[in-house]
Order: sequence, then structure tokens, then C-alpha cells
Amino acid sequence: MRSVSGAEGGGGAMAVNYSAKEEADGHPSGGVGVPGGGAGGGGAGGAVKTRKPDNTAFKQQRLPAWQPILTAGTVLPAFFIIGLIFIPIGIGIFVTSNNIREYEIDYTGTEPSSPCNKCLNVSWDSTPPCTCTINFTLEHSFESNVFMYYGLSNFYQNHRRYVKSRDDSQLNGDNSSLLNPSKECEPYRTNEDKPIAPCGAIANSMFNDTLELYRIDNDTRTPITLIKKGIAWWTDKNVKFRNPTGDGNNLTALFQGTTKPVNWPKPVYMLDSEPDNNGFINEDFIVWMRTAALPTFRKLYRLIERKNNLQPTLQAGNYSLEIAYNYPVHSFDGRKRMILSTISWMGGKNPFLGIAYITVGSICFFLGVVLLIIHHKYGNRNTSADIPN
Amino acid sequence: MVTVWLRVAVTVLLRFWFSFGSNEWYQKSPSPKIAQVQALDLLVAVLQRQLFTHTPTLDADGNSSASPSSVSSEQAVAIDSCTPIMEFVPPSFSNDNRDMGIIQVFALSQGLEYWARGFGGEMASLAMHPHFPATEIPWSWTKIKFWDVSIWIKIWEEEIERSKSTEEERQLQANNRDFNLQFEYANNSIKTSKYNFFTFLPLNLFEQFQRIANAYFLFLLILQLIPQISSLAWFTTVVPLVLVLAVSGVKDAIDDFNRHKSDKHVNNRPVQVLINGMLKEQKWMNVQVGDIIKLENNNFVTADLLLLSSSEPHSLTYIETAELDGETNLKVKQALTVTAELGEDLQKLTEFNGEIRCEAPNNKLDKFTGTLTLRGEKYALDNEKMLLRGCTIRNTEWCFGLVIYAGPDTKLMQNSGKTTFKRTSIDRLMNVLVLVIFAFLALMCLILAIGNGIWEHDKGYYFQVYLPWAEGVNSASYSGFLMFWSYVIILNTVVPISLYVSVEIIRLGNSFYIDWDRKMYYPLNDTPAQARTTTLNEELGQIKYIFSDKTGTLTQNIMCFNKCSINGKSYGDVYDTSGQRIEINENTEKVDFSYNPLADPKFAFYDHSLVEAVKLNDVATHRFFRLLSLCHTVMPEEKKEGNLVYQAQSPDEGALVTAARNFGFVFRARTPETITVVEMGETKVYKLLAILDFNNVRKRMSVIVQSPEGDLTLYCKGADTILYELLNSSCNFLKEKTTEHLNEFAGEGLRTLVVAYKNLDKDYFQDWIRRHHEASTALEGREDKLSELYEEIEKDLMWVIGAVQNMAVLAVPWHLHREPSAGEWFYFNSAVAGLTSSVLFSKLLGATAIEDKLQDGVPQTIETLAKANIKIWVLTGDKQETAVNIGYSCNLLNDDMEDVFIIDGSTSDDVLTELRNARKKMKPDSFLDSDEINIQFEKSSKNLKILPDEQANGVYGLVITGHSLAYALEGNLELELVRTACMCKVVICCRVTPLQKAQVVELVKKYKKAVTLAIGDGANDVSMIKTAHIGVGISGQEGMQAVLSSDFSFAQFRYLQRLLLVHGRWSYIRMCKFLKYFFYKNFAFTLVHFWYGFFSGFSAQTVYDEWFITLYNLVYTSLPVLGMSLFDQDVDDRWSMLFPQLYVPGQQNLYFNKVVFVKCMLQGIYSSLILFFIPYGAMYNSMRSDGKAIADYQSFALMAQTCLLIVVSVQIGLDTSYWTVVNQFFIWGSLSVYFAITFTMYSDGMYLIFTAAFPFVGTARNTLSQPNVWLAIFLSITLCVLPVVGFRFLKAQLKPTPSDKVLLKIKEAKKRPPPPSPKRRLRRTSTRRSGYAFSHQHGFGALIMSGRNMRPKSPFATTGTFSPNSDKHKHKGL
Repeated sequence: MRSVSGAEGGGGAMAVNYSAKEEADGHPSGGVGVPGGGAGGGGAGGAVKTRKPDNTAFKQQRLPAWQPILTAGTVLPAFFIIGLIFIPIGIGIFVTSNNIREYEIDYTGTEPSSPCNKCLNVSWDSTPPCTCTINFTLEHSFESNVFMYYGLSNFYQNHRRYVKSRDDSQLNGDNSSLLNPSKECEPYRTNEDKPIAPCGAIANSMFNDTLELYRIDNDTRTPITLIKKGIAWWTDKNVKFRNPTGDGNNLTALFQGTTKPVNWPKPVYMLDSEPDNNGFINEDFIVWMRTAALPTFRKLYRLIERKNNLQPTLQAGNYSLEIAYNYPVHSFDGRKRMILSTISWMGGKNPFLGIAYITVGSICFFLGVVLLIIHHKYGNRNTSADIPN
Repeated sequence: MVTVWLRVAVTVLLRFWFSFGSNEWYQKSPSPKIAQVQALDLLVAVLQRQLFTHTPTLDADGNSSASPSSVSSEQAVAIDSCTPIMEFVPPSFSNDNRDMGIIQVFALSQGLEYWARGFGGEMASLAMHPHFPATEIPWSWTKIKFWDVSIWIKIWEEEIERSKSTEEERQLQANNRDFNLQFEYANNSIKTSKYNFFTFLPLNLFEQFQRIANAYFLFLLILQLIPQISSLAWFTTVVPLVLVLAVSGVKDAIDDFNRHKSDKHVNNRPVQVLINGMLKEQKWMNVQVGDIIKLENNNFVTADLLLLSSSEPHSLTYIETAELDGETNLKVKQALTVTAELGEDLQKLTEFNGEIRCEAPNNKLDKFTGTLTLRGEKYALDNEKMLLRGCTIRNTEWCFGLVIYAGPDTKLMQNSGKTTFKRTSIDRLMNVLVLVIFAFLALMCLILAIGNGIWEHDKGYYFQVYLPWAEGVNSASYSGFLMFWSYVIILNTVVPISLYVSVEIIRLGNSFYIDWDRKMYYPLNDTPAQARTTTLNEELGQIKYIFSDKTGTLTQNIMCFNKCSINGKSYGDVYDTSGQRIEINENTEKVDFSYNPLADPKFAFYDHSLVEAVKLNDVATHRFFRLLSLCHTVMPEEKKEGNLVYQAQSPDEGALVTAARNFGFVFRARTPETITVVEMGETKVYKLLAILDFNNVRKRMSVIVQSPEGDLTLYCKGADTILYELLNSSCNFLKEKTTEHLNEFAGEGLRTLVVAYKNLDKDYFQDWIRRHHEASTALEGREDKLSELYEEIEKDLMWVIGAVQNMAVLAVPWHLHREPSAGEWFYFNSAVAGLTSSVLFSKLLGATAIEDKLQDGVPQTIETLAKANIKIWVLTGDKQETAVNIGYSCNLLNDDMEDVFIIDGSTSDDVLTELRNARKKMKPDSFLDSDEINIQFEKSSKNLKILPDEQANGVYGLVITGHSLAYALEGNLELELVRTACMCKVVICCRVTPLQKAQVVELVKKYKKAVTLAIGDGANDVSMIKTAHIGVGISGQEGMQAVLSSDFSFAQFRYLQRLLLVHGRWSYIRMCKFLKYFFYKNFAFTLVHFWYGFFSGFSAQTVYDEWFITLYNLVYTSLPVLGMSLFDQDVDDRWSMLFPQLYVPGQQNLYFNKVVFVKCMLQGIYSSLILFFIPYGAMYNSMRSDGKAIADYQSFALMAQTCLLIVVSVQIGLDTSYWTVVNQFFIWGSLSVYFAITFTMYSDGMYLIFTAAFPFVGTARNTLSQPNVWLAIFLSITLCVLPVVGFRFLKAQLKPTPSDKVLLKIKEAKKRPPPPSPKRRLRRTSTRRSGYAFSHQHGFGALIMSGRNMRPKSPFATTGTFSPNSDKHKHKGL
């Protein structure tokens, strides 16, 4: 950007220079040059505005500041303290996690011996549904509330095209989107010229196995009450998902003009009998729609509440799981599981954090020791600065 | 207009077609051009002319104006420069007619007879062609790059530029606007701005998209429009891009606005223009070619003018050309007699209708040819009659000029070519790194694309039951291909778009600090330091070589009469009562000159004994000062009585005359025949009989005057070596004493001069003056004859003066003008030997010592810079002795050095031998075959580019003269010079031309991987300032030229240490920290997507929310890193100056280089692994504390992005070593803003309003309330940060760098009271001899004697005796 404009344009600056120079010209022997002299300024005339920069801490880069330096005095204690904090936390988490009761059954049925093997190749529309029963034994009783999950493996709910294949406006009850779903839903946007509600691949692939749990006590099968409400996030149930609005509460009428997703046996307004769990706000549906981050995931299926304080929720003993096997996963090597679990203050069973904390804490402590030794051996030698002033 | 465009288009095509290998040139423009291109330009020009005949039919005869049939010498030279064209002319052709043939033949051989035929007439344009005077670069076939759009654009622009300036000859008539208008010459308005209101947007956008980063993002944007590829919402790219474009656009707009403003300011300056017989005030921009304008004293010259007349006798006009070429000496211009007659008679001026024909506008400042036709007579015009824009009128009441070139055609504007764009080494490194990152990006995308192909084949194919393939995708490999581009979009953040903008902001901020620094503000002329280029800051922290000018840079260019030796007695030092010499400082009592009302109040002298000697009427002392007041060519100016101003040709002279003035011998006025001197209050008029002027061979000047009493005396002053050679041995004793003093003076770096006088015999003088007259009118060998004559009378003097002095001892007033006989000599000598020295030397004149005043703090600065391992080369036009002296006085050279080599060989072989000997002494190993460089040299004799540093076995200095330098810069000696010179700590090049200065800088740039800085103050430094990586201008004494072409400017050399050691170092550290952190944070950010690809079917699924991706660089992390890069300092300025060693890491480029970059990358990869797998582990099969699932995508995204943001915030906290309030605010603020924005965006309300835009509703609330989320976050932070802390600690413990040690030491020292500021050292005295240097070439003598420059007599000059004191000191001279 240096150009002549500077040369010519700097008129003001030059004026100052000239006046200064005129003073000096012809008197080369003059004893000018008081170093760093205080007052002065460009020329005569007291009121001349000087170009002396302001004396502010900011402009002079003298802002008060805190200057931490990594020294042995700060680094070594940090390692020890972190080590000392992490190890107990880790142990705590680990113990908590270990105290959680968890029982898991894989009912995919790939093994020929499995009762569900017969259902391996079901299709979506097989009627009546293929059912199978798996018996199992709980070695320990489950004391507190038990949560029943279904787990899927090798199921890519996090695939980009899958994740975006939904229309949030539609699910939020927007009437125009209901009839004209977003393009993102393709190829599950319309079926036979009717808009699909709910549209998209996520909804279309909704998990639809039915799991029932029975306690077998001396050959009597007692069904265990599975609560199906309260399994979705409050925000999802109340904010994100809403049924379309319109005259009356008749969902059938409200979903008029739409069609069911291709894979579904029945339309969305027939998911449940209870009106506050039907349509888009069906909690099973909501849970499914909250896509998993990883290809192996669990989703909450049912709650088993502890009835009274005297009895554990699930006693140790024999149980049977009855499955209405509707959901095919064999074609892509998927696996299906049912998990029963209690929880703690930090959620379900997950040894990872505990172990990680213990490991990291130990390493920190160890490193602290190593650094301490190094510091004692080498540190002093080098700090005797051989830097001349 | 249409033809112009058509021509441009055709030419562009043609030039591109022919300029196969010229890419290099177009990119480097306007630096040296390939000769072949010049030839092609020529050919193209010829064709152009043929196609679009554009003959100016303005010639009186109606002929085409361009039809010279013969080739002038200049054109021949021009053809020479395109000899490389021979290479592709068939050899059989090229021998016949070399001059014209080559090009013709080439044209023919190309089958273009058409060109060849019309060629003869085009030779003129060849010489005029702006591309011609260029350095030859060996022609090389480089690859043709058609795809490089920038070349096309450049050619296009240049063609447009050129199509506007096809003027061949300028023709104009004074006072005839109508006539002149037909040529459409540019008027005097200048335009340096680039845009106007309407063109800003398109032009600026076009320019911005030429930047590779911006273009890349545009490309991404286009990719995103393809539905199958689009993996991110449009706003993730658009928002940053728009922001970046907006910031740059605003900056450009402000810049351009300022240019508009300064254009307007200049264009609106008033000037008096002669219109219709009246002087009217007009704005500059309205001045037209052919106008007559009136300028007054101290006016800027409006345009390039032909001087018509002036107020001064003989129509002389004095101008100062400081702005043009940097010289402050007044220059004299003289009008033609025929125009001088016009005077200030407006009537005559209006009737003046001279017609001018002259060359087309060009950039040669010192050349002008043209003719003036007036009343049928032709007068030649040359540069002596031109007043150029950029000059200032001085000492001239008024003058009239005729506008020849106006506005953009003026030589000043023609010279202000496009500025070379300097880039820092970090810029270049950054470009390389961006390419590396591109490659890395491509690699990642490739891996992921292949992964996708495999996945789709193995799994996705079967998963189609739930997720059918996208429309149009029918194979896994095609999906992989699409995914490649999708990942290009997703991973684009590794190529940081905001990097360049942030870098610019940081540099701008650091430039402001330089502008604001009070410690670099010079109060005496109210000059703050100025960062004129805001893009080079960090390079200031990497300087390894400083090339400094001497005069005006190291020295003040103020000459002080400091000491003298009269009669063998030395004056000037001050002693205390005990006889100890005391250092002179501001508090030393000055000599009181109040007895002399004409004294110059600024003159300072401290030795009272000299004044006493004057007051005591010491004859020799009086004669000494009388000589000083008579023997010179100074012009006095006395506008007010008693207010004398001297216009000296060289500052040395001015100093001497001023000294004499203060001591009571006031040079008052001069006419061609007389010199008026007020001697101790009594006015005396001396008759000036002759001036024996100075020149570089004689190195002395003399005047012959006749005192009012009638005595004829020759006064002489000159270089000691010259005068001593002429002295007879009889003066040995005297000489010894004076020599002793001279040595003493010289050791202090003073410039010395020996003065002598001689009384002449009248008859002899009559004879001499007659012969002198003969000689001066001789037609042949006038110069030689004159100098012989001068020699004769002066040589005689030398003989005689010894005699006179000795005779004076015997009190015999004897004027001798013949060579004494042997007997006489014996008599004198024995007289000398028999007397005490005080008596003996009582009438000696002695010597003067002028201090070439160093700027304040120069020795200290140089010492500090040397400690910072910076090598200082002084490049000066001064002669060797002066340069070496200054070298000693400012501590560059000292006696501790092992040796100072002097290279002054006058042949190539001599220089080589000298250089080799020097190297042999410094490093004998370097001649062994085992030497590293020699081996390299053997291996690749041609491609050896960068020389490694070599260590000498001691501290050495090197002095090389310009003459030897010319040889040393040739061919293979170049390498020898670099090797030898770079081993020395100090190199002084004396007697170098401006071009050589630039060559030396270029040399070091070429062979050393080092950052260079050139500092200077004058126009002769411009080339060097422009060549060096960093140019620094001293804004002060001389003109603005150096400052204008500099990157940084300040008033004093000593501020350099602050600029480098404080600002430079900080800027460098800040920039490096910034880059390290910036690359780290983007790698850590982006690579998480890479890992996630392995778990999401390589589907280009992002880990984070799209909004987070958009805001991450712009909002969440921009301010903390800016805060660090603007405020960080490892130690404060005081410590930085106290420990110059801290500067060394910058020179070695330790803080940011490729290795560091790879480390950042690895750290980023490590962090991204942690940031992905810790949340992964924490979420895998995990549940919330209320049993609901947490392993959903949105929770995972939130967790990962929260981890990331906290980790990078902690990391910047770790990098910040100077926590100001602002840093705290930025870091905590950014984190808070993150949470605030996150909670807002994920809130119910936002979801209900913009449903589709914010699908993450509730995630923040539900996730961040979970303890295991926070546990995972803490774990990630610990895992990311602790290794870094441990590594840094270990490094500081095991392998502390020098700067680590210094930091530790400072930390310790900080506990103690602060150290005293470094004490000012006494200057080293040395025993080196000093030389005498007049700084000018030829004297004004002839001008004075001719009287051409004399004003009408000053009213105060000769009006009787001016005697302030009641009792007059009357002295008869001799």
C-alpha cells in the first residue's frame, strides 16, 4: 500500500519535519540531541498538538498481569494431587458400577439351539408374529427399580443419511409438514402418493419386537408389570414430539391424508391405546427416534418398579422372556438383546470410567514420582544459569 | 475505446502465446524481467501497431512522429539486452545483422513478415519500452502454465495499463489549453485509490477470491450445493466465509478510503495559475499541461515544470529534492535566458506561446530532453531547467513554471511503481503448511472414502433393509467417491479459513503497539515510530543481519566542531581541577559566547581555554579562525539582522564556519569578489582573488584573499595525508605534535582537517593569476592544467609555510615564495631545534576536528544487538577511513577483535586472494575437502542455494571497499564473499553505490537462510530498504524517500533495539504461539470426525452439532487466542533488552517450523483421540442416572463438543504466559458464551420457533446434568493436558534452552530489587588514524566566483562596522 499518496498525502507530517529541519539547517554544529529530552515538540507555538503516544497501560503493553511459569513447585504437586484425587474417585466409580445388577440375553437366534432361531428370517409383515420364549435364571435378586432395555448391535442409527432422514417439523405436529414432509425423508417420504407420517428411514425402521417378562415360580408364570411410560426424555415427550393439532382429539382424523410408514403394520395413531401415548408422542416411538451415537446401543424399553420395600423388584430365580419376534436383523448381521439392569447415581453399569480414573490417577502419581526424581537429579544442575548478564 | 479493448485482448492472447516460460516474470513483476519476454513484448507491440495504427497525426508536417530510421546507441543497448532471443533464432541467421536482425529474423522465422516489415520504425518504441532497462536473467524454459489464472489477470491488467500510455512524444504549447487538450494528456489530479463506491463490491470480492483459502471455501460452498455430497448445512461454510470476506473487505475499504482522502488532500492543494493574464488560485487537480503557474518560497512543486523565470538573479531557483531523491542539499536550477526575460510580467507571460516537444513521460529522474520552439527559434531543454513534482522551492521568492507533465505522468508518480509485496518467512511457511494440510486432508478423505466403499460393500449393502442407498448410488465404490467429497466438506476445518484473517488482525494489533510506543517516540521532532507495513511484524523477531547506512542513521549527519589543535596545543577537552579529563555531558558548563552577538546560540563548546586564547588576542588562534571564516564556499543568508543562516555544501564546512563565527570571526556576506568578515566585532572586507576548489583528487581547497591591509594570503585546508605529503621535513617536529593530536582526535572518531596558510608575493601571484586565466580559458586539458596550477601554488605553500613558521620564531616578517636554499634550511632547522616548543609552534595553524555526531545510544544499541547474535553490516558511501572510524566509535569494531580484514584489491584476483586469506585465518578447516560446504559444493556445484552458518575461531571484522565489492559480487567470487563475510561479526562496506547496497543485501538473502533488515535514512538507501526482508527508515534529517519505501520508521537508530528485541520478539512469540495453538485446536476439533467415521459407517456424519461447527472458530475460540496473541509476553520489555539472548530462538526459527507443526499435529491427533474415545467409553452401553438412554447421538455430540471446548480453553490457558484481565475475560467469557449459546439454542423456545434448525432441543439440560458426563469431561481434560504439562516440564528440566535459563534467571531476579539500568559505557579509544572526508564531490567555487548565485546585496552585509562592544578589538592581521 505504500504509494505516492503517502508521499504527497503526508503533508501534515512533513510540515513538522520541515520546521524542525529549518531550525537545524545551516547550524550543523549546533549542540542538538539531548537524549530523551522531555518537552520539545515539533515547532514553535506552545499549543501544537504533539504526536506523542498516550501513556496508557494498554498502549504501552504494561497491563498488570499474572505470569504463571511451569516450575517444579507447581507441576509436581499438580501431578500428585491429580493422582490422589483420581484414584479414590476411580475406586468409588468402579465399586458403584460393580454393585449394579445387570442381566443380558441375546435373543437374535442365530444359533440353531436358540428358541428364537425359528424366527430368524421373519419379515415385517408376517402375521401372526413369530413368537419365541427364552427362559433364564437370575442368580442374584435385583433390589431396586429395574430397567428393561433392548439392545441392537451392528445397527447404524448414526449413519448420516439415516440420522437426517426425518422431519422434525412433522414430528412437532406441524400440519403442513405432516402432509408435505421434508425432502430429507426420501425415499420414505411418500407412499402411493400419500405422505408418510412419520416419514423417513428412522421412523420406518422402528423397533417393533414385543418383550414380555414372566417370573416362573414352581411352574407358575407370573407376568411382571412392565411400565411403558416415562421412558422418554421429558423434553422429547413434551416439546419435540407433538401430535398434529386440529379439531378434536381424534388422532385418526388428524392423521387424515397420510399413510403409515412402509414397514409398519399399522399407522402411527394406532401405536397405543392410550391417547397420551399414541401418535407421535408414543414413547416407544420417541425413544426410537432418539438415534443412537454408536452402532451398538441400548434403548430403554420398559420400567419395572419396586413394589414395596420388603421384596426385591426381581427376586433371584427363573424367568421367561416372551418375544414377539417382528424385527428382522439377520440380513445385516445385527444382534438383538434384552437387558435388565438396576442403576446407580452415575447411571448404568459402566466399568470404563472407574478403570480409566484409577489408571489415570495411578499414572499421574507415578509420573509425579518420576518427574520428582528427574527434577532432583537434573533440575538443579541446569538451573544454575550460565547466562551472562 | 473499443479499439483499446480489442487491442488489449489481442495482445493478451499474443503475449500469453509467446511467453511460454514467463510465469516467473509475471509473478515477480516488476522485478527483473526475462529478456526474452522483453523481446516478445516488443514483437507484440509491433503487431499491435500494425493492427491498430494509432499514429498521432499531430506533427506539423503530418508525418508519423515515430520514424527514426537509424538505430541509436541507446537502442542498440536495448537490443543487446534481448540477446537471449538468439537462442531460438536459427544460428545461421543470427550472424549477419545482429542489431536489428535478431528480432526481425525471429519474426520472419515465425512466418510473420508482417511484423518484420514494419519493424524498422518501431525501434524507437523499443527504447522507450518500460520493460527494457532490466537485469538480464538467463533464459530458461519453464513449464507453461495456462491454468494459472493469476498470470492471465496480470497480463490483462498490464495491457490495460500499457494501452493507456502509448504516448511517444509529448507536444504542447504554453498558454494554449485548446491545443493541448487534443492530446488528452493527464491532468494534475492523482488517483491512488483502487475502488469507488460502485466498483468496490465486485472488485474487492474478485480480489479476495484470488486468495487460495477464500477460493477453497467457495469451492466447498459449491460442493455443498450437490445434495448427494452435502454433508453439512450451508451455513457452516457461508457464515465464516461471509465474516472473513467482510473483515477483509472492511479493512480494504478503510485503506482505500484513506487513499481517497490523501488523494483529495493533495489534489485540492491550492496553486496560482496564470489564466487569461490573471493569477488565479486553482486546485492542484485542475492544473493542465501547458499551464503557467507561479510558485513561491517553500511551496511544493505542483507538477513537472519547465522553469521559466524566477526572482533570483540569472533566474536561478533553489530546490530541495528531499522527497524525490532524499538529498537535502540545495540544488540550483536555471531557466533559459529567453524565458528568464519574462520575469514576473504577467502580460509577457500570458503572451508566451512557446511550443515544447519532449520525451514521453518516463521515470528517469535525472534525464530530460526536449526542445522549446519560440518565435521560430529552437532551444534545447534539459534536466537543469526542470522543476519536478515532489521538490520544494527554497530560498527563492517566486518562480514561474510551465507544466510539462502533470499528475500520473510526473516523474515522481512514474517512479512510484507498484510496491513489491513483502511476505514474511512465516507466511511462506504457512503456505507450505496449508498445502501439507491439503495433502493430509486428501489422505484422510481417501482413507474414509475407501472405508466407505468397503463398508457399503460389506454392511451397507445389507443394511439397505433399513437404509436404502441414496438415489443414483448403485455401487459401493460410487458411494465411496461421493463420500470423499462429503468428507472434504466435513474436514475442511483443518484448513483454517479464519487463519489468515486472524493473522492479519494480530499483525495489525502488534503494529499498533509499535505506533503507540512512547519509548520509540522522539520528542525533538515529534516523531513517533510508525509501522508502515502491518504484515511483517513477526519477522522483526527473526532478524539475523542488519544492513545499516552510516550517515544519518548511525550518525546524526550533524557536524560539530569539537576539538582543534592550534600551535600544537589541543583544545576541546575539559579537565577537572586535578587534571583528569572529564566526560562531557549535558551538565558540563558550556563556553559563554555572549560577548559575540552574532554567535550561533546552538553552538556548544566546553573548553574555556580556547576562548581565553581568542580574547587574549593570540595571533595564531586568530589566524586559525580567520582561515576558517575565509576558506570555504558557504553561502550566508541574513534575512534579519544578526540572524545568520549558512547554506553549506557539506556539513563539515558549515561546522567550521559556524565555529569561527562563534569564536568571533563571523563570516557575514560574500560577493563574487569579496568576503565580509566581522573579526572580533570589527567588519573587514577581504578581496577574494581565487578559489582553488575542492575535488576528490586534491582533497583540499584553498582561497587566495587580499586583506584590507593589502596582504595577499592563501588559506588552505585539506586532508592530513595530502598536506603532509607536501610538507617539508623541516616541519617534522611540528608535524609530530600535530599528528599526535590528529591521532587522538581520530581515535575518538572525529573527522580531522589540517589547515595552513601562506602569504603570497604580489608579483608571483600576478604571474600565477595570469597563467591561471590562460589555463581556465584553454580549450584542451583545461582541468589538468588548472589542477597543475593549483598544485603549484599550494605546494609552494606547503614548503613556505614551514619556513614562515620558523621565520616567525625569529620574528622576521618574511614572505617567501621561492624554494629556500640548503643553507636557509639548515638555519631554520637549527632555529627550530634550539627553541622551546611553546615558542616554536606559536604561529602554527594546526588542525580541526569535527565530530560526525553519532546518534544517541548507537554504541549501546550495537552492543546489545551484537549480543542478540545479530550481525551488523554497515554499507556507506563514505570513504574507508571515515567508515572504519565510525565503526570504532560506535563499537562495531574494537580492539578486542582478532583481526579486521581490509579488502581493497583492485582486480578480481586480488580480491579473491584477500578473501581467501581472511577465511584461512578465520577458519583454516574450511579449505579442507572434508568441510561440509565444500562437500556440498562438490556434489551440486550449481544448485547450492543455502549456505549453512560457519563458525570462525574468533571475532573478526571485515572492511571492503566498493571497488573490490564490485569484483566480489561477480560470478563465483560471490560465494567466496558470502562465506568470508558471514563469518565475521561485523562487515563494513565503504564507497558503495545504492545499487551495490541492494546487491549486498540480495547476496545475503540468496545464500543465507536468514532474515535481513536494512536501515537507512536517505534516498540512496531506498534500494536496500526495498530489497531487505524488512526495511526501516529513519525519519528525521534527510528526505522522506527512505521512510516512504520502508516498512517501519522511527527517528533514532537506537530505537532499533526496542523494535527488534521487544516488539519483534513479542510479535514473533505471539505469532508462533498463535499458529501452534490454532493448528492444534483445529486438528483436535476436526479429527474427531475422522475417528467417528469408523463407527458411523464412514457416512460423513459429523460428531458435533452443525451450529457448533459454525461457531467454534468464529465465536468460541477466536477471542481467547486473539487475546493471547495480542497481549502475551514471556518477560517484559526491560528484561527483553537486558537479556538479548532471548532473541536468538527467533533467529533460529525455533518457535514455529515444520517440526513444531508436526508436533502440533500429533498433539491435535492425540487430543482428538482422547476427545472421541473418552466420551465413547463413557457412553458405551451406559445409562443416565434415571435409567434413560444417554448413548444417543445428540448427547454424544454435546459431550464431545463440551469436552473439546474445555480442553482447548485449558490448553490456551496453559499457553498464555501473561494473564491480563482481558485474557481472563476472553477465556472465561468464551466458555460462558459457549454454555449460554448452547443452552439457548437447545432450549424449548428456540425449537418451537425454528424447529428444523435446532433439533438438539433438551440435550444440554438432559446431558450436562449427568455426573458421568462431567466425569468424562474431567478425564478428557486431564488426559489431554497433563502430558503436555509433563512434557514441557521435562523439557525445561532436561534440555533447557538458553531462553528457558534466562527466564528462570529472571524469575529469580524478580524476587530481588530490579537491576539498575545499564550504565552508559565510555567510548573506547583506539589508535586508528582518521581521514578527512568532504562529503561532496565538487565545490561551489566556480559558482561563487562567477557570482551567478549572488543575491542583491543584503542590507546588513557591508554597512559599516558592526561592533557590539564598546571597546573595539582592533587587530591587524599580520
